[in-house]
Amino acid sequence: MSEQLINAIADMDEEGAIALTKELLAAGTPPTAILDDCRTAMELVGSRFEHGEYFIPELILAGEMLKGVSAEVKPYMTSSQEAAKKLGKVVVGTVKGDIHDIGKDIVVFMLDVNGFEVHDLGIDVPVQAFVDKIVEVQPQVVALSGFLTLAFDSMKETVGAITQAGLRDKVKIMVGGGTVDEQVCKYAGADAFGADAMAAVSLAKGWI
Amino acid sequence: MAQTAEEKRAEINQRVDDAVALKKPDRVPVFMQFTMFPARCYGLTYQEAFANQEKWLDVNERAIEEYQPDLFFSPNTGVMVGVKVHEALGSHHLKLPGYGLGPNTGYQWVEDAYIKPEEYDLFLEDPGDFAIRVALPSSFRSLESFRSMLPLRNLALSFTTPVLAPAYCTPEIAESLSAFARAAEESARWIQGYAAFSQKMAARGFVEFGTAPTLAPFDCISDMWRGMRGAMLDMYRCPDKLIKAQDILLPMMIGAAIGNAQASGEKRIFIPLHRGADGFMSVAQFEQFYWPHLKALIFALIDAGLTPVPFFEGTYDQRLKYLRELPPGKVVAWFDRTDMARAKDLVGDVVCLMGNMPVSLLQSGTVEEVRECTRKLCEVAGKDGGYIMTTNTTLDDCHPELVHAWVDATREFGQY
Repeated sequence: MSEQLINAIADMDEEGAIALTKELLAAGTPPTAILDDCRTAMELVGSRFEHGEYFIPELILAGEMLKGVSAEVKPYMTSSQEAAKKLGKVVVGTVKGDIHDIGKDIVVFMLDVNGFEVHDLGIDVPVQAFVDKIVEVQPQVVALSGFLTLAFDSMKETVGAITQAGLRDKVKIMVGGGTVDEQVCKYAGADAFGADAMAAVSLAKGWI
Repeated sequence: MAQTAEEKRAEINQRVDDAVALKKPDRVPVFMQFTMFPARCYGLTYQEAFANQEKWLDVNERAIEEYQPDLFFSPNTGVMVGVKVHEALGSHHLKLPGYGLGPNTGYQWVEDAYIKPEEYDLFLEDPGDFAIRVALPSSFRSLESFRSMLPLRNLALSFTTPVLAPAYCTPEIAESLSAFARAAEESARWIQGYAAFSQKMAARGFVEFGTAPTLAPFDCISDMWRGMRGAMLDMYRCPDKLIKAQDILLPMMIGAAIGNAQASGEKRIFIPLHRGADGFMSVAQFEQFYWPHLKALIFALIDAGLTPVPFFEGTYDQRLKYLRELPPGKVVAWFDRTDMARAKDLVGDVVCLMGNMPVSLLQSGTVEEVRECTRKLCEVAGKDGGYIMTTNTTLDDCHPELVHAWVDATREFGQY
């Protein structure tokens, strides 16, 4: 474990983090150890976000740093290196009619670094696509993202279709997005709404 | 004797101006952020609204007559120009109903880093050149050929222009200029249509809001050039350029507002704000990258005799204190999700509050819930004046019955 690397990432020192990664790899550090440090750093980032020290810019830069570190590490990974055990499965998507994705992408990223297997359906996702994916991967959690006010009806339709397919009691559904609130959650028939990406992670952890 | 249009407008403007000046008007004024609501109300598809200005203006007229707001949102905020303008320009930063979206999906901004970080330098060095050769092609597919132009300054010399002309007007560039001309012609029709509509509604005693918008310099960069991701990374990777770019944009944004205000005769300046909200950046980042230029914009508009109406989209609970730096009674602070009781307490003696009626309630609540929420807002935010009633975002998907209940309740509970 490299405390220096963990702190570089957690303290938003992009140049430092990449330079350190290169040094560590050159010195023979196992790539899995570096990725573990990344996860530890992300926990710190997530915690600082929860406590109102870090905000969306830091989540985005953390994502960039992770991409940068992963790119350095990839050539050193062997095929025998196993993926970390996943906490559970989440299907995420921005609902039909809405093409906003930034918030959703941050949620996907935070769920991923927190150990979930995330299936991202993208944007403007037809109602049936959610149902089909749930049948295919059997997630414990479904996350519906939407920013426009038209998304409220799309969320309601999506939850309705999941119910119609006999799958409602097999999943927990959370909703989120700029205009989403408790009222929308009730209207859509979801189980909870999250005000931000960390809330999504807490909800998912709580349900699994 | 019935009121004349002039008298009606004078009464409305007095009501609104009193609220702005932190006085008690006769009652809480109602501003209706119509956006696409009129289309939904009277059975016009959004796609038709973007294709047919006459029909679009017709439903707006009907909505204004039916709901009788004190201020109505200018129809050009819902449909800035018709879809044909965007088709000619090949806009790819926007999707519209009938242009990338279904017939009843509201328009959406396709945010991306259309401008690369290395392109800041050209803007800083030569904004005009950047505008033509980089900014235009970055958003408009039909103008892609402008990238091939040599720096524009070469055309400053009459001796060389005749031989340079072919380089600046290749067949591809000529085609782009044709497309631009087609877009301009169609756009001019829409602008004229809107000007005529403004006059028509004014002649009936109605007061419009939204004809003279402007933007905070940071949002110009974040919304239209670098995307949210890009602008946020720029705060870390090239902070100096981000700030210098705003220095150049600031007088442009001031000029745009003053110019639009002169053209339309409207004194209230709509400033939609996107990226400075709680959660989108820290308070320290807000202080460094967002507030200084926004504050300078607001002050400049006040100096020009205008009333800035910044729309603080998102939540501003953590940054209300900055509004105390503004001169009292000159600015309307339109809030989305900010706690209105807290806002009244912290800045109610400086800015006129506006907003916060949740559209989710006007979409799926009950009449009783709507009335109760309205009553509370009038009581809390409207205490002793200094409040204009409006929603936290557009009325697009709201239920007409609930919207009526809201407007009626404001008239009932908003009496002083």
